[in-house]
Amino acid sequence: MSLTKAILDLRAILGKENVVTAKEDLLCYSFDATAGMPEHLPDVLVTPLSVKQVAEVVKVANRYKLPVYPRGSGTNLSGGTVPIRGGIVLSLLKMNKILEVDPENFVAIVQPGVIIQTLNTTVAAYGLIYPPDPGSMATATMGGSVAECSGGLRGLKYGVTRDYVMGLEVVLANGDVVRFGGKTVKNVTAYDMVRLFTGSEGTLGIITEIIVRLIPAPEARKTMLASFKDLTSAGNSILGIIQSKVIPATMEIMDRVTMETVENHAHVGLPTGAEAILLVEVDGIPEVVRREAATVRKVITRNGGTVKAAADDRERDQLWAARRAALPALAQKRPTTILEDATVPRSKITDMLLAIQDIGRRYKLTIGAFGHAGDGNLHPTILTDARDSEEMERVHQAVDEIFKAALAMGGTLSGEHGIGMAKARYLPWEFGEKGVQLLQKIKEALDPGCILNPGKLIPRGEGQV
Amino acid sequence: MSHYHDLSAVEEQITSCMRCGNCQAACPYYRETGSESSVARGRIRLARAVLTGELKYTPALAERFECLTCYACNATCPCGVKIDKVLLAARAAMVREGGTPALKKLMAIALKNQRLLDLGFKTTARAKGLFLKPHPAGGLSPRFPLGLELRRVVPPLSPKPFRGQVRESVPVPGAGKKVAFFTGCLNNYVYPSTSHAVVEALTKSNVSVLIPREQHCCGAPLVINGVIDVAEEMARSHVDLFSGLGIDALVVACGTCGESFKRKYVDLLDGAPGYANRARELAAKTYDIGDFVCNVAPFDRKRLREVAMKVTYHEPCHLGRGLGVTAEPVEIIRSIPGLDFIPLKEPNRCCGNAGSFSFTHYDVSYNILKRKLTDVAGTGAETVITGCGACRMQLEDGIAQEGLGKKVFHTAEILALALR
Repeated sequence: MSLTKAILDLRAILGKENVVTAKEDLLCYSFDATAGMPEHLPDVLVTPLSVKQVAEVVKVANRYKLPVYPRGSGTNLSGGTVPIRGGIVLSLLKMNKILEVDPENFVAIVQPGVIIQTLNTTVAAYGLIYPPDPGSMATATMGGSVAECSGGLRGLKYGVTRDYVMGLEVVLANGDVVRFGGKTVKNVTAYDMVRLFTGSEGTLGIITEIIVRLIPAPEARKTMLASFKDLTSAGNSILGIIQSKVIPATMEIMDRVTMETVENHAHVGLPTGAEAILLVEVDGIPEVVRREAATVRKVITRNGGTVKAAADDRERDQLWAARRAALPALAQKRPTTILEDATVPRSKITDMLLAIQDIGRRYKLTIGAFGHAGDGNLHPTILTDARDSEEMERVHQAVDEIFKAALAMGGTLSGEHGIGMAKARYLPWEFGEKGVQLLQKIKEALDPGCILNPGKLIPRGEGQV
Repeated sequence: MSHYHDLSAVEEQITSCMRCGNCQAACPYYRETGSESSVARGRIRLARAVLTGELKYTPALAERFECLTCYACNATCPCGVKIDKVLLAARAAMVREGGTPALKKLMAIALKNQRLLDLGFKTTARAKGLFLKPHPAGGLSPRFPLGLELRRVVPPLSPKPFRGQVRESVPVPGAGKKVAFFTGCLNNYVYPSTSHAVVEALTKSNVSVLIPREQHCCGAPLVINGVIDVAEEMARSHVDLFSGLGIDALVVACGTCGESFKRKYVDLLDGAPGYANRARELAAKTYDIGDFVCNVAPFDRKRLREVAMKVTYHEPCHLGRGLGVTAEPVEIIRSIPGLDFIPLKEPNRCCGNAGSFSFTHYDVSYNILKRKLTDVAGTGAETVITGCGACRMQLEDGIAQEGLGKKVFHTAEILALALR
C-alpha cells in the first residue's frame, strides 16, 4: 500500500520519533479552534526540524499524491488546519527559534513555530514591539499568523500582520525553496511575493522563515471606558474621534447582549442600562497621549456618553477585564459558540450593529456583538448548541445574512480570521465568478497537483488529490 | 453517579470545550512535548471518543490521559471546563475497560494495606544501603534501577515513621479547638519533621491535636490513576475514622491529601448510604495547616522570633489551585521577622513531580523541574519554602543534581521555627 511506503519514506527523512501514526494522537489533529467544522483524521503527523526536511516531506507527498496540511498551534478560526482530505499534517512547532533580533534595522528573523508572545517578550528587551496581537497571541505561532494574516486589537493604528512581514522563505508545492523580501524598508523588486504568501492560508506554499518589522514600544498610554444609552451615539463617537484626527491604538465596542453576559459571568462592574460601551486606548509620546485623551473625552461627552478613565495600570487592567471577558463569558452561556468576523467600513459600524441585532431577532438567536469598532471589524458571536439541528439550520441562515449585510455595506467576508473552509462558499459573493477564477489560476500555477491544504480557500475546481 | 463511576457525568464539560487552545500556553506537559494529545484540548477530544465508543481502551489511549494533574489548564480555560474532572473520569473509565496495569496494582495493594506499607517503608529504610548509595549533595541515589532513574536523588526514609514517634493525642490544657491531624504518607515516612512542626504550630496556637494511628494513605494516587474501587474503600475507612472523633477540624499539611478529604471523598461516596453526608461534613471541616493557623486558630504573631534567612515560596498545585490556599503561606512568611522573601516569577507553575507521574515520565518531569529551578536560582534565595512533601522531594532532587546547595522546608517548619 502506498501510504505504508510513504510513512517509511517519511521515517527515513525525519526519524521515527517525528512521524506519528497512532490514532490516539491523530484524532487530536482532526480539528482546530473553529466551531461547527467537520473533522477528519490525517493519515500521519510529521514534525520536521529544518527547511530541508520540510522540502523532503513535500516531495514525498508529491510522490504518493498525499495532501499536506501545514499546522502551527491550530488556533485559527476558519477551519484552516483541519486535514479535511486526510494525508499529512505537517507541524512546524519544532522549528521554533528566534534566529535574529536586529535592533539597528528594527527587524527580527524567526522560524514559523515561534509563539507570537515569545517574540514580543524577546524584543521588549530592546524597547521594541511586534504589534499584531490576535486574541490567541499567547498560543498562536508566527507561521500560522502570517499564513492567516491575523489582525488583533491594535489593528486600527498599527495595521495587521501583512504590514509587518518584510521577507519570507517558502517551500513550494514541488519542494523548491524560495526567498523573497528582506531587511530593507524599501523593496519593489518584481511582484510583491511576500504579500502573495502572507494570508495564503497554507494553500500556496509552506512558510519556513519570516523576517518581520518591529517598532519602538509606545512610551505612554491612556485607557478610557465610555458607556452610551444608544448604539448610534457610540457609532457617532467612533467616527467623531477619528474625524478629530486621533487614531487610538484600540477602540473596542461591546453591545448590550455581550455586556449583560459579561456582567452576569464576571461581575466587573459594567454600567447597567447602557446599550453599548467603547474601550478606547491611545498610546505614544506622553504629551501627545495627554492631548489625544482629552480629545477622546470631549467627543464622547459631546455624544452623550459617560467616560471612566484609568488612573494607573491597575485601573487599566480593570477596564480591560470586561473586554477580555467578552468571548469567555459568551462561550459559557451555550455549548457552541460561532464567532464570525464580517467587517465593514468604520462609517457603517452602527448600521452593521443594528443589522446584527435585527438578524438575531428574525432567526430567534442570541447574537452578541463585540469587536474592533475602530477598524470596522466586528465579531458577531452566535450562541447555540451544535447538537440541535433545527437551531443550527437557523444559525447557518443567520450567518449567510450577516455576510450579505456586510458586503452590501461595502465590507468584506473576513477582517482577520481568513476564509479556510468556513467561508469558502461565500467567496463568489465578494470576488464574483471572474475573481474566483483568477484565484483558481494562481492556485493551479503554484500548486498544480493541489497537495497544499486542499479543500481550503478556493471554492471549487481545484483538481483531484 | 459521580464522574469516577461514569464518564457520561462529564459530558457537559466535554461539550463546553470550545477548542480555542488557550490550554497550550498553561500546560507544563505540552510545553515539553508540543503534542496535541498531551494538552487538555486534545485529551477532551479523546474523552469524547471514549464516550461515543469511537475509541476503545488500548494501553496507548490510557496513557494519553496521564498528566501532571496540576490544574493549570482549569485555571486558564475561558469556558470554565473542569478539565481535571474529565481526565480523572477518563482514567477511571480506562481502568474499568482495560483493568489496572501491574505497577498500579502493586501500588494499590500497598497503599490499601497500611501494615504492608509500613513494613515496606521500614524494610526499605533499614535495607537502604543495599539499594541506595549516599549522594555527595546529601540524600541517596539508587544503586540499581528500582523503577527509579539512576540519577535521581531521593531523601532517606525516616527510620521510624512519625506516627510511631508520637502519642495519638497531644492535648493542650484549656484548648480553644480540637483537631485531628492527617499526616499523609510523605510527612509520615519521609518528612516527620514537617509533621512535628504542624503539631507544634497547632499546640502553640492553643489547639489540641489528635493523630489517629489507624489513618493511612488518603487514596489520591489511586484516584489520580483511575483505581476507583480501592480508593472508595479508603475513603469509607477515613470517613469512619475521623467522623467519630468529635473534632472541630481536620488539618492536613499537603494539598493533595487535603483535596481527597475536601472533594474526592465527597464525589467517591456520592449517594453511598451512611457515608455521603458524613463525607460532606468532613469535607467542610478540612483545612490546610496554613489556612487553619491564619484564618481559624490564628498563630500568635507577638511570639514570632527573628529568623534570618533569604527565602522564596513555591506554591504546590494542589494547595493553590486545588484547595485555593494561595495567600496564607505568603502571609505566614511575610509575618516572620528577619525573613527576606523574594517571590518566584511563576510561583504557581508545577514543579513536575506529580507523584507517580514522575516515576513513569522522569525525563519530562525533570525538564519541568529545571524551569522551576531556573526561577528559584533567579531569586538568590538560600531556602525554598513549600507546602507539599512531593514538591519538596522533587525540588531536593533537582537541587542535589544541579549542585545548587539550597534547602527546602515546609511552611509549617518555618512557622514552628519562628514560634520556638
